[in-house]
Amino acid sequence: MKKGATHNTVNAGDSIRAISMEKTAISPHIDNLFNVPVGFFELLDEVAIGVVILDLDRKILVMNQTLKSLTGFSQKDFFGVACAHILRSNVCLHDCPALNINEKSGPKCIEGNLINKDRQLIPIRITSAPLNNYSGKMVGFLETVEDIRLLRKLDETTSRAYNFNNIIGRSPEMEKIFQILPSLAQSDSSVLITGETGTGKDMVAETIHEASNRAKGPFVKINCGALPETLLESELFGHRKGAFTGAVENKPGRIQLAHNGTLYLTEVGDLPLSLQVKLLTFLDDKEIFPLGSIKGVNADVRIIAATHHNLEKMVNDNRFRKDLLFRLNVIRLHLPPLRNRQGDTQLLLDHFLHSLSIQLGKKMLGLSREALKILLNYHYPGNVRELRNIIEYTVNICGDRQIKPKHLPSFLMEAGQVDVAEVTQESPTLLSFKSEDSDNTRQASLKNWPDIEKRMITDALIKTGGRKNKAAVSLGWARSTLWRKMKRYGILR
Amino acid sequence: MMSTKLLIPLYENDVAPRFDLATEVLIVTNIGKVDPVNKRIVVLPKASAEQLCHLIITEGIQTVVCSGIEDDYYQYLTWKRIEVIDSVIGSSESALERYLEGTLKPGEILH
Repeated sequence: MKKGATHNTVNAGDSIRAISMEKTAISPHIDNLFNVPVGFFELLDEVAIGVVILDLDRKILVMNQTLKSLTGFSQKDFFGVACAHILRSNVCLHDCPALNINEKSGPKCIEGNLINKDRQLIPIRITSAPLNNYSGKMVGFLETVEDIRLLRKLDETTSRAYNFNNIIGRSPEMEKIFQILPSLAQSDSSVLITGETGTGKDMVAETIHEASNRAKGPFVKINCGALPETLLESELFGHRKGAFTGAVENKPGRIQLAHNGTLYLTEVGDLPLSLQVKLLTFLDDKEIFPLGSIKGVNADVRIIAATHHNLEKMVNDNRFRKDLLFRLNVIRLHLPPLRNRQGDTQLLLDHFLHSLSIQLGKKMLGLSREALKILLNYHYPGNVRELRNIIEYTVNICGDRQIKPKHLPSFLMEAGQVDVAEVTQESPTLLSFKSEDSDNTRQASLKNWPDIEKRMITDALIKTGGRKNKAAVSLGWARSTLWRKMKRYGILR
Repeated sequence: MMSTKLLIPLYENDVAPRFDLATEVLIVTNIGKVDPVNKRIVVLPKASAEQLCHLIITEGIQTVVCSGIEDDYYQYLTWKRIEVIDSVIGSSESALERYLEGTLKPGEILH
């Protein structure tokens, strides 16, 4: 075993305590396993589940890249800090597995949750084991932290028929997609998902990741339209300390965080041209250059992009680079709008009614025949998202056990009065023409469910003189639901 | 502008790692009015993010210094015009000291 000026050798925990005391830049390595020493941190970073090594005071010595991505903390943050403050798990505070461990005990496994730096609550499974030195004395703890979101989701969805992971449908259009998704997930090619708003592009992207060999790696999503160009560049590619005013430390970009996983670029049509070039370079070389760095960083990342824009048209308008389109468009997946998914409306109605009734604690018997007819005959310009919102609204305000037409949003009733008498089967195309041709100005001005909901909220607030408690009661919502929706629609004082 | 009433969820002497699991809080009042500031510790009947939010609203707290907080509660408090400085790691005393100096930022590690 060797000890150099900048290297500390890790040997079954002998020097772990010593390392913790140094609090300097350390770079331990493993000797005698290969012909040349292997970096210990680099080895840990290759592990697809979170790994953390603690000293006897349960202070963090080492955390691998997977756990850094999960918690959102960087190397600079966690060194020497008590584990409970970084993991931020309920387990750490009430039932720390390390507390019940001694030299002779085996690993302890416990499920709980953590809150990461992005303020997300994530279900996890922690396994804690003692680290002993050669003489059998405990010198620290080794903990693995697994993200079990996928397992939880699978538990919820195993009873569902007609679905692929969390996407539901039995129409021929969706069956085609279900058939190609598994093979598509297994390949490592870039995927471009197109489709109208609310068709489930995000869900498909996540499903592809979860069904792929990269499922154990991170799924990093970035909305290309949500951030200004300069911020987006730093967010995507990262920056080095001092690259610009306020860059006080090195920050890895999202691409780097998605190493061994999938990077999902939503609204890729809104990506600024200058960044399109940089992304193009990354797609070619698989190497990123953080802002202010001359040294490239390799990142093994699968790209999934999505947009509701017509990228071919954007290319013709010189708003999107043709070469980037060609690189992203290796596999094109177009998600059909709900109006073209024969028979899926009924299936989705049943599904959302069932799941939302449970979620909102209501015992619903189902839909009356008239209510069902109105819902089946609507053309859903906002697609599945709109359908879900309508059911959520209906379940919320329905005081009876069966949903009747009076419980449905009024804009549906107005559309329904024209057509219910005539249309007996699902005929969305016919209805969509009728609705659009209608002279009803309200229908014209309020094109989709969010507009209607926004108007309902403002109407209720006006009626109650701005009192949110009363407005929430009149809408049949909890106050927190009203607040959440007001925030979503930007109706804040 | 510095607020006059501040709350820190506690875990022993530290800022509690989780907002929703804190069972006691430090409430600091009269910031900028008297020196030293008034401090009191309130023990909560149980750990609950909802009840803690309610306490924050009814006490007229203007700033919350905490560590892990779920986005729903963060958004709710900021919507209520309460400043939330989150992901602060360290002792409550050092967090308060840094706040009074005007140098406390989200994500600070004060160990």
